[in-house]
Amino acid sequence: MTGNVALPRDGLRRRLSARLTRSPRSRLALLLTAPLLWLGLAYLGALAALLVTALWTTNTFTGEIERVWTLDNLRIVVTDSVYRSVTLRTVGVAALVTVIDAVLAAPVAFFMAKVASPRWQPLLVAAILLPLWASYLVKAYAWRSMFGGGGLIDWAGAPFGIGSPGYGLTATVCTLAYLWFPYMVLPIFAGLERLPDSLLEASGDLGARPGRTLRTVVLPLAFPAVVAGSIFTFSLSLGDYVAVEIVGGTSQFLGNLVYDNIGAANNQPLAAAVGLVPVVVMIVYLFLARRAGALENL
Amino acid sequence: MYLTRTTRIALRIATAVILALGFVPLIVVVVNSFNSDRAFGWPPAGFTLEWWYRAAHNAGLLAALRTSVVVALLSTAVALILGTLAAMSLQRHRFFGREAVSLLVILPIALPGIVTGIALNNAFRTILGVPLSLLTLVVAHATFCVVVVFNNVIARLRRLGGDLEEASMDLGADGFTTFWRVTLPLMRTALLAGGLLAFALSFDEIIVTRFTASQATTTLPIWIMDNLFRPNQAPIVNVVATALVILSIIPIAIAQRLSGDPSGGRV
Repeated sequence: MTGNVALPRDGLRRRLSARLTRSPRSRLALLLTAPLLWLGLAYLGALAALLVTALWTTNTFTGEIERVWTLDNLRIVVTDSVYRSVTLRTVGVAALVTVIDAVLAAPVAFFMAKVASPRWQPLLVAAILLPLWASYLVKAYAWRSMFGGGGLIDWAGAPFGIGSPGYGLTATVCTLAYLWFPYMVLPIFAGLERLPDSLLEASGDLGARPGRTLRTVVLPLAFPAVVAGSIFTFSLSLGDYVAVEIVGGTSQFLGNLVYDNIGAANNQPLAAAVGLVPVVVMIVYLFLARRAGALENL
Repeated sequence: MYLTRTTRIALRIATAVILALGFVPLIVVVVNSFNSDRAFGWPPAGFTLEWWYRAAHNAGLLAALRTSVVVALLSTAVALILGTLAAMSLQRHRFFGREAVSLLVILPIALPGIVTGIALNNAFRTILGVPLSLLTLVVAHATFCVVVVFNNVIARLRRLGGDLEEASMDLGADGFTTFWRVTLPLMRTALLAGGLLAFALSFDEIIVTRFTASQATTTLPIWIMDNLFRPNQAPIVNVVATALVILSIIPIAIAQRLSGDPSGGRV
């Protein structure tokens, strides 16, 4: 962009423009300042503040926050058996949801990317996207009415003598797996689509049967995409507390503890400390995902 | 890869069954909105339009709808500006910390919603001493909406390259004129797609909303949540849910068409 002809028209705007044209640095500064201030200050700042607040305490009489440094909240979160079991339950359910979604998504994504005709492909993508964009609460609520007494599950299971398990962990796992399923299918589909057919044909030509091609060619190449999808399903399950309220019965997740500590208990520092648990879990998860090469797939 | 006929058929059936199951919960909600039985057992007892009539005349519901639209419009406006600026700076410039900035844009949606919720709630109330309001809610929503605008705009900029802008500058237009007359029109559909998705994302959000909205700010999801466990209101919730399923299809279909990306840049 060198040929910026200086026209004989002066003015602030022209001078500013000329300066921006000559200097990529000022151009960058102009573009980047607002988003950096917003995301850097408002979001990263809020995350940092979360850590600081977790180190404060609440006056048990007045409920006011006292800016006294203490590790008590963190100690409670790490050592108290209630928090430990809720953490294990939340992480366990998030992992289970992720595995279920991966198992269900793999054949669907493979069929869409490698078997379905080009005419069908967009229709299949649409079939996945439509439930994705229906409202979150609508879907959680739908599962509530299905798991409820006399609901669809009771009705469908009746001939086989199976009743609805009611609201609880099973319902939570089903609902979360349903909610986040598209977030697993779409990355795997995209990953498999990028995988050239010629590789699969070469493997076949060299004598590998489909099972072997799947194991030694498709799986290793699709693995980063699966991990990329798992970041979404895991993180979304880990941070959910609304679906748990709707179908979880009496079981509690980390999110519920955070929400309750802010609302009824009004203990902001303890809520902050509990809120740090998913942050730590996600940092570890993202670190492992990066080693699997999944972050380039996001 | 050569697949046996049986494998192909098995794959086809598995895909069909799994995708079809995805529609079952939505169908249940739609059917229940016309179910004359209040308890919504299955199969439905009879057909009625009463719940639809009651929903259309529910003042609290209509107020919540209005609030949701206002919040979503404001958040989308902020997200459009921030997302576009971020996309232009990352696409056009190579600088130190570029990777960190792109991570920063994704972070509010990559971290669990509960983290975004508690972090912003804590920052507003404890650190800044700002009472929760409609404005704090807009700040929260805009923060995680930036990423969908960013994804759409940066994909468009990548495809466009810089030729047309250089031509404009060579012909004597200054930087602002070039942006206004060349770059912006070329990004128009990407901005529209990103904006629609941001609107939908804000309109639907509940996890972060409950942490960053004041008691007085009742968005539609908050209204649904408040009425979900009231047996008297459950029929109206079904109606709202059905309306949301139908309405959500429209902006998403448009966004998908405009951005040329099947996932609409959401994933």
